[in-house]
Amino acid sequence: MKDRLRKVLSSAPLHIAILGIALIWSLPSVGLLMSSFRPRNDVLGSGWWTVFQHPFDFTQFQLDNYIHVLTAEGMGRAFLNSLTISIPSTLIPIAVAAFAAYAFAWMEFPGRQTLFVVVVGLLVVPLQMTLIPLLRVYNRLGLAGTFLGIWLAHTGYGLPFAVYLLRNFFGTLPKDLFESAFIDGASHLTAFFRLALPLSIPALASLAIFQFLWVWNDLLVALIYLGGTEAVAPLTLKMANLVNSLGQNWHLLTAAAFVSMALPLVVFLALQRYFVQGILAGAVKG
Amino acid sequence: MASVTYEHVTKCFGDVVAVNDMDIKVEDKEFLVLLGPSGCGKTTTLRLLAGLEEPTEGNIYIEERLVNDVPPKDRDIAMVFQSYALYPHMSVYDNMAFGLKLRKTPKAEIERRVKEAAVMLGIEGLLGRKPKQLSGGQRQRVAVGRAIVREPQVFLMDEPLSNLDAKLRVHARAELSKLHQRLETTFIYVTHDQMEAMTMGTRIAVLRDGVLQQMDTPQVLYESPANLFVAGFIGSPAMNFFEATLVGSVEEMYIDAQSFRVLVPPERAKELKNCLGKDVIFGIRPEDVHDPEFCPPNITAGRVKAKVDVTELMGNEVFLYLLTDSKSFIARVDPRTRARVGDEIEAVLNMDNIHLFDPQTEEAIR
Repeated sequence: MKDRLRKVLSSAPLHIAILGIALIWSLPSVGLLMSSFRPRNDVLGSGWWTVFQHPFDFTQFQLDNYIHVLTAEGMGRAFLNSLTISIPSTLIPIAVAAFAAYAFAWMEFPGRQTLFVVVVGLLVVPLQMTLIPLLRVYNRLGLAGTFLGIWLAHTGYGLPFAVYLLRNFFGTLPKDLFESAFIDGASHLTAFFRLALPLSIPALASLAIFQFLWVWNDLLVALIYLGGTEAVAPLTLKMANLVNSLGQNWHLLTAAAFVSMALPLVVFLALQRYFVQGILAGAVKG
Repeated sequence: MASVTYEHVTKCFGDVVAVNDMDIKVEDKEFLVLLGPSGCGKTTTLRLLAGLEEPTEGNIYIEERLVNDVPPKDRDIAMVFQSYALYPHMSVYDNMAFGLKLRKTPKAEIERRVKEAAVMLGIEGLLGRKPKQLSGGQRQRVAVGRAIVREPQVFLMDEPLSNLDAKLRVHARAELSKLHQRLETTFIYVTHDQMEAMTMGTRIAVLRDGVLQQMDTPQVLYESPANLFVAGFIGSPAMNFFEATLVGSVEEMYIDAQSFRVLVPPERAKELKNCLGKDVIFGIRPEDVHDPEFCPPNITAGRVKAKVDVTELMGNEVFLYLLTDSKSFIARVDPRTRARVGDEIEAVLNMDNIHLFDPQTEEAIR
């Protein structure tokens, strides 16, 4: 009993510190959330923390901001655009990278190591360097302003890291498994689909989260290759425009911000157990 | 069912020669054991046959067919790995059926073969489980089962019992021997454990540093090892060795090991007449060194005075660690022995079973 008390007391400062940091860290988001539910006049007239003066007065909250943002301001359309961009831009690079990573890990061909170093070396190329030359190529090919164009761009930007992560993960799978499969009659293609992929679900899932979040939150690439037209603009672009046109309308901006946060949050929470496993992927043999 | 031939096969990894001029013919339905200490090239020899490594030189044949350039899947072999290499995301059934599915075997046939193998190995209750839900012994059986269902021409096994505990290993050993008799297929089995080799192999190939030392039945290997390495490697406790000289005459030839001198039986002495006066290495197995009180009759005795240094009771026998001068050797004697530490005894060597080796070449002198 006494021991337990001592244990609790000795770890108390640490716990308090962690709680404090977590609280400070999440405060802006909480403020954002509160504000997004408050009517315009309240938002302009008083701080969000004043809602705690009457915590059970639910009349101070309403959904009008969200309804307005999603319908009148075209956020609904932008949300769909974001999805149209993000899903293929996540799936295509992972699919390509998985094939490449398998070849780098398990197939013998001349120049394998050099090629891998070159691919990994591409990680250090800042994507801003590629914007102008690539856009000129896109203009000539008629890809500028199309979804296909941005899918390809995101694929290119995402590949080096994806190949690097997956190759390292595939490399840690036991060699015996593949040899056994080859003796059992498997080709490389079979070994890839029946062994490498199913055994790499944690790595694939964490890679999917990385790539999805990066594409979803991207403003620059979308702005350059898609332009800002209503038909193709993603959420990030729409939000940037809202800041300009509705600079005074905090109640609408906060709601818009939450709309754009919602999906990444859901994705992260749904896949977070893979995320934790996957970040360690390849680092320690487990 | 097929014979396997290694024709002057050499395998190098960079500068390291893993397998050196291997020339072996494994007969159909044979159980060949590749035996040797770790790093002797036995696993590489097996992997060459599996097609997981390509020979640097030489040819490998399965039956009459040259397989140097044939990929593993087309060699009609099955392999059991030391780690078992079970597919962790598949059930036991799927693990066993995997190879058959890839070969487009009809579904009913797959089911029949998997069930049959499972019954044979006593794992029919585990077919729905995943490998991680199995014990070590069960995994080993699944690995064997996966090889059986393929009905290959040759079974390759790479130390399949080394991850089992001692008791289970003895059991599994007998099971594998039974399996070999039942399947009537060629088995090639790699191990560093001489007990496994002696009990299971119809023939044993002893390897050292990539070079074949001797290949013969366990009996011949034990009774007339071709060289010092084989003599020392097979048998537990290992054979005793003494540096000695052959002295005397053909009629009365002695092995002189400085601290003792024993008479060579006359018939053997005749064969050794060319070695008279030469240095030799004299080898005698611990079971051919007897306590004088429990010495079997009808042996040609050679007597050696020795001091008992250590005694180890094994239950059915006692190991005596004996000293003559400063040279230590082991006797494996009757458990009723009255020899105690510090006693002086006159150990009896069975001179009918002596081994002599050339100290330079390390080859046996016959």
